[in-house]
Amino acid sequence: MALFALRRLLLAVPLLIGITFISYLVITLAPGGPLDFLTPDDPNASPEVKERLIKEFGLDKPIPVQYWNWLTRAVRLDFGRSFLPDGKPVLTKIGERLPITLLLNSVEMLIIVGLAVPIGVLSATRQYSLYDKVTTVFVFIGFATPDFWLALLLMTLFGAQLGWLPISGLRHLNWEYLPFWRQQWDFASHLILPITVATFGGLAGFSRYMRQSMLEVIRQDYVQTARAKGLSERVVISKHALRNALLPVVTILGLSLPGLIGGSIIVETIFAIPGMGQLMVQSVFSRDYPVVMGNLVIVSTLTLVANLIADMAYGLVDPRIRLGGRRGRR
Amino acid sequence: MAQAARRLAALLVYGACALLAGCGGDVEGKVDELPVGSEAPAYGDTFVQASIGDIGGLIPNLTSDQSSHEVGSMIYDGLVKQDKDLNIAPAMAESWTFSKDCLTLTFKLRKDVKWHDGQPFTANDVLFTWKTITNPKTPAPFKDGFLQVKDVEVLDPHTVRVTYPKPYARALETWGEDILPKHLLEPYVADGKLRESPQNRFPIGTGPYRFREWKPGEKVVVTANPDYYEGRPYIGRIVYRVIPSQATIFLELKAKGVDYSLLGAFQYSRQTEYPAFRKAYNKYRYPGTGYTFFAFNLKDPRFADKRVRQAFAHAISKPELIEGIRIGLAREATGPIRPGTWAYTDQVKRYEYNPEKAKALLAEAGWIDRDDDGVVEDRQGRPFTFTIRTNQGNDERRKIAEIVQQRLKAIGVNADIQVIEWAAFIKEFVKPRRFEALVLGLGTGVDPDQYVIWHSSQTAPDQMNRTGYSNPEVDRLLEAGRASCTQKDRIPYYHRLQEILADDLPMIFLYYDERLPVVSSRFRGIEPAPAGIFYNFNQWYVPKYLQRYTSG
Repeated sequence: MALFALRRLLLAVPLLIGITFISYLVITLAPGGPLDFLTPDDPNASPEVKERLIKEFGLDKPIPVQYWNWLTRAVRLDFGRSFLPDGKPVLTKIGERLPITLLLNSVEMLIIVGLAVPIGVLSATRQYSLYDKVTTVFVFIGFATPDFWLALLLMTLFGAQLGWLPISGLRHLNWEYLPFWRQQWDFASHLILPITVATFGGLAGFSRYMRQSMLEVIRQDYVQTARAKGLSERVVISKHALRNALLPVVTILGLSLPGLIGGSIIVETIFAIPGMGQLMVQSVFSRDYPVVMGNLVIVSTLTLVANLIADMAYGLVDPRIRLGGRRGRR
Repeated sequence: MAQAARRLAALLVYGACALLAGCGGDVEGKVDELPVGSEAPAYGDTFVQASIGDIGGLIPNLTSDQSSHEVGSMIYDGLVKQDKDLNIAPAMAESWTFSKDCLTLTFKLRKDVKWHDGQPFTANDVLFTWKTITNPKTPAPFKDGFLQVKDVEVLDPHTVRVTYPKPYARALETWGEDILPKHLLEPYVADGKLRESPQNRFPIGTGPYRFREWKPGEKVVVTANPDYYEGRPYIGRIVYRVIPSQATIFLELKAKGVDYSLLGAFQYSRQTEYPAFRKAYNKYRYPGTGYTFFAFNLKDPRFADKRVRQAFAHAISKPELIEGIRIGLAREATGPIRPGTWAYTDQVKRYEYNPEKAKALLAEAGWIDRDDDGVVEDRQGRPFTFTIRTNQGNDERRKIAEIVQQRLKAIGVNADIQVIEWAAFIKEFVKPRRFEALVLGLGTGVDPDQYVIWHSSQTAPDQMNRTGYSNPEVDRLLEAGRASCTQKDRIPYYHRLQEILADDLPMIFLYYDERLPVVSSRFRGIEPAPAGIFYNFNQWYVPKYLQRYTSG
C-alpha cells in the first residue's frame, strides 16, 4: 500500500509539471497581456510605463524562459507577486479568499451528501413508486435550474420582498457593533441563500449516483441471502446493502475535493462573496499570470492528491480490491 | 426654500430634464409619510456605495481604474480640484500665480493641512510627489502631466515654484494629482517598491476621510477626518461595497441595502418608477464624461472621400439611436469636446437625417447602384461592402452597429458586424489599424487638449490617432491650443477645431451618455451641477431622525 502511494506520488510530479507548462502556455498565448489592462487605453497614458513593467515582470523574455523562471521559483513555493497595482504576494491573495470558499463548499458538500444518500437509497428501495418519481423530478429540476436564475428569484423573494434574509455580502455594515450571538446569526444568515442555491444544483448528481449504486446492490445474491436469513428489511438495507452501495460514492466524493477550493463563480459573483471563484475569474480577465498560475497549481495538486486518496480509500473500504505490492496473490 | 433653490438649479442646468419627473430631489408630496424631525445638518450615518469592481490599490497614482480613484479621492487631496462648474479651484493650495510667459507657476500652500497621522503637510511633500511620479521606477500609468515639468523648487515650507520648458496648457490641472506623504514613502520610492509599501494597504492621506479597512473583494471603509482643513464632513463613514453583479446591485437598491448606484437607462426610466422606489431614492442625471462614436479608417480609399463620410452622417439618425438605445437619456454629440466645459461650442455643422441627401452625396463620390440590386457600386462595379467592428461586453455599441447597419442598407451600403473580445479587438484590429469602421467610446477630460487624438504625428500603433486623421490646419490649432496657459487665448483654437472636425468627420460623433445615479432620499444637500453630484460630498448630511447606521 505504501509502495503504491509512493509510486503514485512520484508519478504525480512530472504530471504536475506538465499541467503547469500547458497552463502557462495557454494563459500567455491568450490574446492581450497584463499590460493591456494595467496601462489604460487612454489618451493621457504614458507608454514608457508599459516598457518598464514588461521588463519588471520579465515578460520581455521568450515564453519557455518565462516558464522556467516561474517554475524554479514555484518549487520553492514562491509564487511571486500579483501584477495588479496592489502588488500583493500570490499566496496572500489566495489566503484572503480561501477560508470563505472552503467554509461555503464544505457546508454545501455536507448538506448534499446528507440529503442525497437518503434520497437515493429511498428511491432505489422504492423504485418506480410515487416517492421515487417525485424526488426524481425534484432533483432534475434542481439540476436543470440555472444557478443565477434561482439565486435572483430567492433574492427577490426573501431579500427584497419579504426582507427576511440579506441579499448579498457576508456581514451587516454595523456588524462590529452587534453583540456576539447576533454577529454569528448575521454571518450565518448571509450564507443561507448561497448555500441553498449551490446545494439545490448539486443534489441531482449525488442522489442519482446513490440510487443507481443501490439498485445494483440490492439485486445481488448476498442481499437475497441476507433476506433469506430472516433479517429485517431495515437491517438488510442499512447494514448489508448500503455499505456496498456507498463504495462508488466514496470515489466520487474524493474526486470532488478540489471543487472545495475551486469555488463557484456564479454563486460568488451574484451573492458578492469574495471567494476563490471570483479571484480566479478576475485574474484570468486581467491576465494576472502569477495569480492564475498559483491558483492552478493548488487546484491541480489537490486534484491529483484527491485522486490518490480516492484510489486508496477504495482499496481500504473494498476488500476485493487490493493494489500494488500484493498483485501477485490471485 | 432649499428645495426650491435646488429645483431651480436643476432646471437651469438641464432645461430638457424638467419634462421628465426624474430630476432633482422629488420627495415632496410624500413628506407626510416620513417620520418628522429636525432637518438641521447633523454628523453621523454611513453612505453605502456599490461598485462592480474592487479597487486596485490604495495609492491611486498607481492605478487606472475608476473605483481606486473614487476611494482615493476621499483619502487624498491634490493642490487643486474641480468645482461644480468644472473650473479649477483651490484645494491644498490656497492660491497660485502664473508668470506672464506661462513658464512658471507658483503655489501658495495652506498652512493648516495635516496628514492623517498628525504630521504637517509641507511643500516638501509636493516636491516628493513630483519626483515619485516622474521616477522611472514608479509604475504610474499617467505621468505625462508631470513629465512636462522642468523643475519643482521649494521656496519655503508653504511655497512651491514649478517651471516648465515651454508653455503647457494643462499645467494647473495636473496639480490635481493626489499628493503623497514624503515621511512615509521615501525609502520605497528609491527602491521602486512603491506598490509593496504599507501605504498601498493602509494609506495615510490629507483628504476628508481616513482609511479604516479594505477587505479585498468585499468592501473598503473610510471614516470622516475630524481635523479636515475644510471642516469635518457630516457623513461619518463611507462603505464601498464590491458587488460584481449589476442584477444584485439593483436588488440591494430595492431592499435599501445600498445608498448609491449608477443605473442603466432602462432601469432608470422603466424599472424604478414605482412609488416606493421614488420615495426611497432621489434620481439625478447629468452629462457623462465620454462619447460614443462611429469611426472610419481614413486610410481606406472609400472612407478617404469626405463625401462618403458625410453621406453616412446623413444616413444615421442620432435621435433615433439615443431614443432606441438610451431611451432618450443621452445628448447628441457634435464634436469631441465635452458639452458644458469652457471650450465647447455647438456652432458647428450638423447632419440631419436625410437618406436622399446621403444617396446624392454617395452618387457624387461615384457610388451608384448600377445593376439595380439595391447596393451601390463604384465605377469598376465593385459593391460597397465593409465591416463594422466593436468590442464584446458592451450592448449599446452592438446595438448601434445594428441600427447603423439597417440605415446604411437604406442608402445601398452593405455593412457586416463583427463583435470581438476586448483584448483581441484592441490588439488585432484597433492598434494595427486593421479595420474599416469601428463603434467605440472615448472618455474626455475637462481640458480640451486633443493633441494625441487628432494630431497627424500620433498615428503609430500604440498612439491614439486611430482614424489616421491628418489635417495641417488641425495640427496647427492643436499645437497652439496646448501652448498657452490662458483660457481666453485658447478658446478660439478649440472652437475652430470643433468646426473643422464637424465638417471633416473623421468619425461620426454619436452621443454623450448621461450618468444616471440614484441616492437614498435620506441624504440632504445634494446639488446637481455640470460636475455631477459628488463635488460637494462633504456638505451632504442626514438629519438626525433619519440616520440608519452607526458611523464608527
